[in-house]
Amino acid sequence: MDETEIRRLSVGHVFSILAVVFSLCIPPLFLDNFSLLETHVTWLCICSACVAAVNVILLLTLKPNPSSKRISFGTKVNKFSKSCIYFLISCLLFHGIIVLYGAPLVESVPETFIFSVLLSSLTTSRCLCILGPNFPAWVRVFSRDGAMSVWDHSLQITTVCSVVGAWLGAFPIPLDWDRPWQVWPISCSLGATFGYMCGLLLAPAWIYWNRKKLTYKSR
Amino acid sequence: MRVGSSVLACCCLLLQLLGLALFLRGFFPVPVRSQSRKNSVSDIPSEPSAGAKSNWTALPSPLFKKTVIFLIDAFRQDFVFGPKGKMHMPYMTEMVEKGTTHSFIAKATAPTVTMPRIKALTTGSIPGFIDIIMNLNSQELLDDNLIWQAKQAGRRIVFYGDDTWIRLFPKHFVEHDGTTSFFVSDFTEVDYNVTRHLDNVLSRNDWDILILHYLGLDHIGHLTGPHSHLVGPKLFEMDNVLKKIHTSLMVKEEDGSLPSLIVVCGDHGMSETGSHGGSSDEEIETPLLLISSSFERKGEPAKAPDILQQTDLAPTLAIGLGLPIPRNSLGTLIHPVIEQKTMREQLRYFHLNGYQLSTLLRENVESSEKDVGFEQFKKAEKSHGNWIKLYLEGNTSEVLTNLGRKVLKQYIEALMKLSSSLSKQVAEYDMYSMTVGAIITLEILFLLLLSVPNALCSRAEFEVPLSSPFFSLLFYLLCLVLAAIHVIVCTSTENVCFFCSISWVMAIGIMTLMSALCCIILSTFGKMLSNAKSPNKRPDSVSLWSELDVILLMGTLGHVLSMGASSFIEEEHQTWYFLVNTLCLALAQNMCRKYFLVKKGNPIDLATHKRTDNEGAYIKEIYDMHKKEMREERLPILSRFVKDHEKWIALSSPWAILICCRLLRSLNQTGVQWIHRPDFGHWLTSSEHKAELSFLVAVSLVMIFILIQGRCSFVSKVALAFGLLGVYSYRAAIGHVLYPWQQSTKEISKGITEARFVYIFVLGILITGIKDLIKSQVIITDSKAKSVGLWEVYCGLVLLAALLFRPHNLAVLVFCLLIQSTLTMFIWKILKYDAAQVTLMHYWFGQAFFFFQGNSNTISTVDVSAGFVGLDNYIEVPAVFLTVFTTYSGPLLWSIHLLCYLNSESSRLSTSIAHGCYCYAIIRSLPVTIYIILITVLRYHLFIWSVFSPKLLYEVIHLLISVFVCLFFTAVDKNQMAKSDV
Ligand SMILES: [Zn+2]
Ligand SMILES: [Zn+2]
Repeated sequence: MDETEIRRLSVGHVFSILAVVFSLCIPPLFLDNFSLLETHVTWLCICSACVAAVNVILLLTLKPNPSSKRISFGTKVNKFSKSCIYFLISCLLFHGIIVLYGAPLVESVPETFIFSVLLSSLTTSRCLCILGPNFPAWVRVFSRDGAMSVWDHSLQITTVCSVVGAWLGAFPIPLDWDRPWQVWPISCSLGATFGYMCGLLLAPAWIYWNRKKLTYKSR
Repeated sequence: MRVGSSVLACCCLLLQLLGLALFLRGFFPVPVRSQSRKNSVSDIPSEPSAGAKSNWTALPSPLFKKTVIFLIDAFRQDFVFGPKGKMHMPYMTEMVEKGTTHSFIAKATAPTVTMPRIKALTTGSIPGFIDIIMNLNSQELLDDNLIWQAKQAGRRIVFYGDDTWIRLFPKHFVEHDGTTSFFVSDFTEVDYNVTRHLDNVLSRNDWDILILHYLGLDHIGHLTGPHSHLVGPKLFEMDNVLKKIHTSLMVKEEDGSLPSLIVVCGDHGMSETGSHGGSSDEEIETPLLLISSSFERKGEPAKAPDILQQTDLAPTLAIGLGLPIPRNSLGTLIHPVIEQKTMREQLRYFHLNGYQLSTLLRENVESSEKDVGFEQFKKAEKSHGNWIKLYLEGNTSEVLTNLGRKVLKQYIEALMKLSSSLSKQVAEYDMYSMTVGAIITLEILFLLLLSVPNALCSRAEFEVPLSSPFFSLLFYLLCLVLAAIHVIVCTSTENVCFFCSISWVMAIGIMTLMSALCCIILSTFGKMLSNAKSPNKRPDSVSLWSELDVILLMGTLGHVLSMGASSFIEEEHQTWYFLVNTLCLALAQNMCRKYFLVKKGNPIDLATHKRTDNEGAYIKEIYDMHKKEMREERLPILSRFVKDHEKWIALSSPWAILICCRLLRSLNQTGVQWIHRPDFGHWLTSSEHKAELSFLVAVSLVMIFILIQGRCSFVSKVALAFGLLGVYSYRAAIGHVLYPWQQSTKEISKGITEARFVYIFVLGILITGIKDLIKSQVIITDSKAKSVGLWEVYCGLVLLAALLFRPHNLAVLVFCLLIQSTLTMFIWKILKYDAAQVTLMHYWFGQAFFFFQGNSNTISTVDVSAGFVGLDNYIEVPAVFLTVFTTYSGPLLWSIHLLCYLNSESSRLSTSIAHGCYCYAIIRSLPVTIYIILITVLRYHLFIWSVFSPKLLYEVIHLLISVFVCLFFTAVDKNQMAKSDV
């Protein structure tokens, strides 16, 4: 088990966590009356942009998916545009799933959509960065015993954590406490972000803990 | 003794039902009051006089000559005091503002249903929660009540209105005309039936008390809610009735004679959706207007009405009519009513009220002398005596008046305290019976859980260790200990305890059962431990759990735990919708993984590859089976299409189910917080959209026929078609839908002939099905008859549901059938789940459909009108059966479908029905058991009566239904066993 790989992974995760923290701390300096609960949509936009940007930067610097053969510029552009389309589709898909879960169909569409964008940047953007726009590979990673590298494992853990966080975040909504954070979609997006950060912290620890057991086949 | 899993499950559920019955008997307080005794004139205490000789020992004479009780069902407080009242009830508003009236807001208690409220108004007591069940089955009121007292005193009572009164007080009225409240769709005839008698009665002089109970407003509420355009005219009509009564009574009042009294009140309010039964402010706050020429206004401007309890009316009316106060009354006299009387009289009235309350307290509370209210009352009584002494001595100074006022104040305070400690007394729990019931239930749950490994093994059998417990020392010891506890508890307790009052043979039987169960559990547990220690351990048993298992298990447990919060009970539908959605997404992921991993040919290791190959072969085999079935039931083009695109259909089917669920969710808003949101159901049932509704109903009926006819025999197919036609004509007859050639509804009938026509076909199909089942038992080789028979039973139930559902809910039925067939055809057979998983999924869907139907955990959503389909008048047994069937048809249809599916599976795995039955028993007994423990812990919660108790009733009835379902499972499974033996 290559320890340097784990170290690189940990560095990447620290940057991802910093991105979320950054989206919380920096905007109040520039924007008037910014707060997490009242201007939630703004925060959602900033947070998803930060997370996505950091993911792209990490892709370029850490190169989790090194390939031996040279890729031509054309393929790169092709890949990039494909990724963009995948990201858009995932946003729409998340939106659809959220509506199926019972979010209002007509009212508060912007909130729902921006929440699905956040979910996409927490999950899909990482998938795109690590696996590329390759659907069968995604299915493989998210199956039992499908992970083939440290990055796959971290991807599994963070994605599952974010989705489960969002899922659990929906539970307080029916309670009749009348708290500001019970308003749609605040509890869900907070849950998703919290789950994402937990996943980021958890993944390197878990991989380090199980490094003896994890044997990946060479590609 | 070896028993099969399904037999074990049945026995366990039956025993659990026994435990639950004990628990319920302890939980729902049976009113602890002197049932048979009634206050009589001789019980009246004389005036306290501190030694002096008082001459006033008799009952005070009445204050009013004629009394009219004008009860408007579901009369909400803001219909008088709010803007609606100002607009639509000019006469009443004028009376409230300047007339000789006293106006109050009277608070009713939950359950806000008509019969308990009538009882509260006439007896002054708070009827137990259990009265809600009796609401459908009202019998004569035996408690001491005003009507009985009035009849004893020779008053002539005339009654018009809701016939609940006539059932409660048979032979009490000299003249009556009852109208039934069950045909909710009629709101003019019911009131006309009351009003048409008015002119006649008001012109006569041969009555003392007139009671009018108007139902129209309640029916409007049930139909269209409190903001409908029908409410205004109805209120105006009521206002006119009041004007008529008031003017004619005014005319008759002569000088010198006693004045008359008009009481305008409501039995309960109306929630924002128009129903009632719960305890929201809109449901419990009712107006109370007392109108009499003897009430004088001291020129003060109209202020906001005071709030008092509904029970306060009974003692006030008793005093006003010169009757003894009903013995079990918890109310306190409404002071403004008697304010114009002399001080001596006022004190006398309060003394009577206080005496009655303290007697009631003494009868029901052991240490009543220590009660604060009781002490205060004794003190007030003493100062009352002193006051009388002074008064009789001829003292008439200012000091006396002031002293009198002080005594009066003491009395009022004492009455409040007495009343509140009595109300608390009503909510006492019989903890001993509750504990015994809970222990039995808990033991059964443990037994079920401990025998999971045995019962779900391939033999589906369980070795019940009977001999060892019965001869063990522990068993006898336990019996002895329990008997000792029983003796100690029953001799020491002050409160009435049900378990102590049953015969000792039964008590000993139950205690033996408890200790035997305990020993069985212990020996099973011991055996499991010794098995676990033995060397042949399977190392990889934990990792066999798939994500779906985790979701199913966590979801079920999470739901059970969520029942500890009142909001989660109120919004339980959200939990189930959420869980079912998650389940569908998990199915979609499983499906994706199956097809894409197989297609890619990307073997992770060899074993998986081999397995997928096997699965591929299996799918082919399944598919062949399907093909055979489909050739019989579908067009060849369709089947070819299905064959060619099976992968894509299978992949998209979870999504189709998701979309169906989302549509159903917006059909009926339910719960508490979001019930006001507009939904399709209301849109469809509003009178402007009758054409759309007719179209929907017709399409739904056709769809139902297409979806379920395939596996029936020819006879039942025909019967089904006629039955569904009958359903449409029934709907048309009662005016829900239109025929295409019909422009508007002309005459509305009760549709009795049409409904009975459908019942005949339902019975026909059911009997054919059962006949086939019996045939399959007798002729052992005939396995096809069994599946046909099961399916016919299922069809019969679907047809019955189609008849009984609210018209727009036919869509729910169609989606139910659609989802069931999709799941069977494209998901379960392809993904090859085992019986336990399929049972859990069925249960989840069943629960979701319970709420999709528009049910909730409050009593007010029960569709009582379903119990009167095809019946001329109220007949208890069929009405209760039909109502329960309609309410639980979602879970019931899903469980019967589960049986059909498992039966078709049993060719592959002969134990699947036994496994399914066992899982079903566990999944039903788990929530019930946990819930009764939760509810015991939370018994002093604020919402115990409004939220937790209705849910308990729902759970218990659901368990009762599950027992029947399990028995059916076992009966079918027995046949299977017999067949495999031969
Ligand atoms: Zn009523
Ligand atoms: Zn009603």
